[in-house]
Amino acid sequence: MEFGLNESQEILRDSARRFFAGECPMSEVRRLMETDTAYDVALWSKLAEQGYTGIIFDEDHGGVGLGKVELILLMEEAGRALLPGPFFSTVVLAGSLLNSVATADQKKKYLAPICRGEARATVAILENKASWDLNDIQMAAVGGKLSGEKLFVSDVAVADWILVLARNGVFVVEKGSPGLTVSAMASMDLTRKLYTVAFHNTPAERLGDLAAAGSAIDIATTAIVAEMVGGMQRTLDLSVEYAKTRKQFGKVIGSFQAVQHQCADMYLETESSRSAAYYAAWALQENAADARAAVSIAKIYASDAGRTVGNRGIQIHGGMGFTWENDLHLYYRRAKASETAFGDATFHRERLARLAIDTKSVASQSA
Amino acid sequence: MDLNLTHEEVAFRDEFRAWLAVNVPTDWAAWRGKPLEESFAYLRTWQRKLHEGGWAAVSWPKEYGGRSASLMQQAIFWEEMARVEAPPMANALGLGLIGPTIIACGTDAQKKRFIPKILSAEEIWCQGFSEPNAGSDLASLQTEARLDGDHYIVNGQKVWTSYGWVGDWCELVVRTDREAAKHKGLTVLLVDMKSPGVEVRPLRQMTGESEFNELFFRDVCVPAENVLGKVNDGWNVAVSTLMYERGSYGARLHLIFKRNISRLIEIAGSTPRNGGTAVEDPVIRQKLAQCLAEIEIMRLNQLRAFSRITATGVPGPEGSIQKIFWSELNQRVQQLAQEIMGPYGQLLAADAHAVDKGVWSYGYLRTRGNTIEAGTSEVQRNIIGHFVLGLPRSY
Repeated sequence: MEFGLNESQEILRDSARRFFAGECPMSEVRRLMETDTAYDVALWSKLAEQGYTGIIFDEDHGGVGLGKVELILLMEEAGRALLPGPFFSTVVLAGSLLNSVATADQKKKYLAPICRGEARATVAILENKASWDLNDIQMAAVGGKLSGEKLFVSDVAVADWILVLARNGVFVVEKGSPGLTVSAMASMDLTRKLYTVAFHNTPAERLGDLAAAGSAIDIATTAIVAEMVGGMQRTLDLSVEYAKTRKQFGKVIGSFQAVQHQCADMYLETESSRSAAYYAAWALQENAADARAAVSIAKIYASDAGRTVGNRGIQIHGGMGFTWENDLHLYYRRAKASETAFGDATFHRERLARLAIDTKSVASQSA
Repeated sequence: MDLNLTHEEVAFRDEFRAWLAVNVPTDWAAWRGKPLEESFAYLRTWQRKLHEGGWAAVSWPKEYGGRSASLMQQAIFWEEMARVEAPPMANALGLGLIGPTIIACGTDAQKKRFIPKILSAEEIWCQGFSEPNAGSDLASLQTEARLDGDHYIVNGQKVWTSYGWVGDWCELVVRTDREAAKHKGLTVLLVDMKSPGVEVRPLRQMTGESEFNELFFRDVCVPAENVLGKVNDGWNVAVSTLMYERGSYGARLHLIFKRNISRLIEIAGSTPRNGGTAVEDPVIRQKLAQCLAEIEIMRLNQLRAFSRITATGVPGPEGSIQKIFWSELNQRVQQLAQEIMGPYGQLLAADAHAVDKGVWSYGYLRTRGNTIEAGTSEVQRNIIGHFVLGLPRSY
């Protein structure tokens, strides 16, 4: 049993870290977040050149064919850099969904251009009740057309395709289709833009069954946890650095236990989130029996830890941490958006209860 | 990353599992919960049996009677022990902490003299580290040893000594140089507990039992050949013992915690709450799921730490994460048990209405000590702050 990274995984992580540090420094994050879409054409083509846009997809579709563990190492680094724009929506979410529900021809049509970096896509899940339980989806296609509204859809403005979860299947809608109205939602995370999408008799192509979407959402959930780990790590690094240099009462504040113990807890929370994310990715890759539980466990822990680490980091920075100029609030905003994405800790605790507690009490009743 | 067991690990597990299936005692449940004084002979017999099978000290090098087991194999060993609810071994400190320290720091004569009887449980070991005025600040300890010809004269007091009442030998940290800086004037002595001048008193703890003792040393004579390691290098010897404390033993904790939470789920399933059962109560479900999640993360943190230690060769300060994590989690699990059981949670073993013979009221009180024993949570956070994150020493 080996829970460390192998050499090629370490190389991937290190080169991703260098790539994001060089191509996506905080100055670039701040520039992009002030734009309407947080999308940059040049950065996108560099992501594609690295092979990141096809990282987990088959070489048949122009992908790189790596596994889920490699994906989360990349996402961790993207999270550390606070990578803005549609990478997560396109590659992780839409890509995984296409990969699990679409036919071979559809993959060629939609997934291959994503792998090559030529197209972007997103997935519309939530409706006005904002429930992450797929059973609560109301929208349904009638005669190959969709009507109704989806909310909290990320990066729609730069997406060529919107994948839509409907009661009677997963559908794809092309941008600019008849009856499609897209409007921006003003939301906390400035680096990942959200939209409402209204459909009115909008033509849609069916990709597959809704039931097949679950596994793609589990991959996306694990990837977003990894991204959260990267954000936590960055918050921890910035805070420890600050605690080592900021002086009050003639001493660096990191020499006070009240500050130092906050840092220790941030470390514990970050490392524990990382353990959970790595295991969930491995379990998904191996189709382990406990994979779904592992995904929920990772999202439970990281959802709370991401927020807590952010709180501690800003607290350690004192007044500086509360300024616009300091980068911490950008991570703090992303952490909140990611906490609610695909269900927060409360949602996943209930999901875990159904997976691990109800089955157990049924077993003990029948025993 | 590959979390499947290797062939060697599977072979190791299967061999031990097969051995346990034949040899593990089936009547341990009847002894459980009784005072250690009553069950100790039983535990000695059990350890002897493990030793005869070659399983008493799997982590030790082969030439000293171990199996040179990897960390993962050690973890497997403890998991298998927990899986069959095997009794603990009588000489837990000798096998887990002191034996490895003697192997690492001892002379050939010391190894020959002490190691075999640690394995066979013929000689039980205890640890004389903490003092009334030296707890977290261990290096400030005052128990003194003065060289007088070919022996030391020891005077002082130790506290929180597990197995003191049954100990034949003690790994004792003493001050041998009052002039030196506090870490530099310490020496470790191997002390015969039957020496004149050694007095052992039980220390009654808040659970009502006496797991620990106080030790008093009055002009106790210890031969100079019983110095472990070098004179005035006792801090390093003691630290290496404490490193073993955070070793593979923790691998069994997640199984014990899982068993507790499974039982708790069972109890919640038959506890009425708001017209249904407690297990259907949304708040209780949330808390049960949170504990389940954290128990699994505790296991994963441990596995990652093992992989890191295996790669780097040294047990690092990451052990502090585990210590904080399990001790605080254990307290939360016990509090949840209290919430589920309501008034029944407070009943002691002596009460006929007690759930599970009072283990939950005992657990609630006993786990209060978890964040204090073996390095307080505050000391663990200091270790992370200073040694992992590189912040200035805060104490």
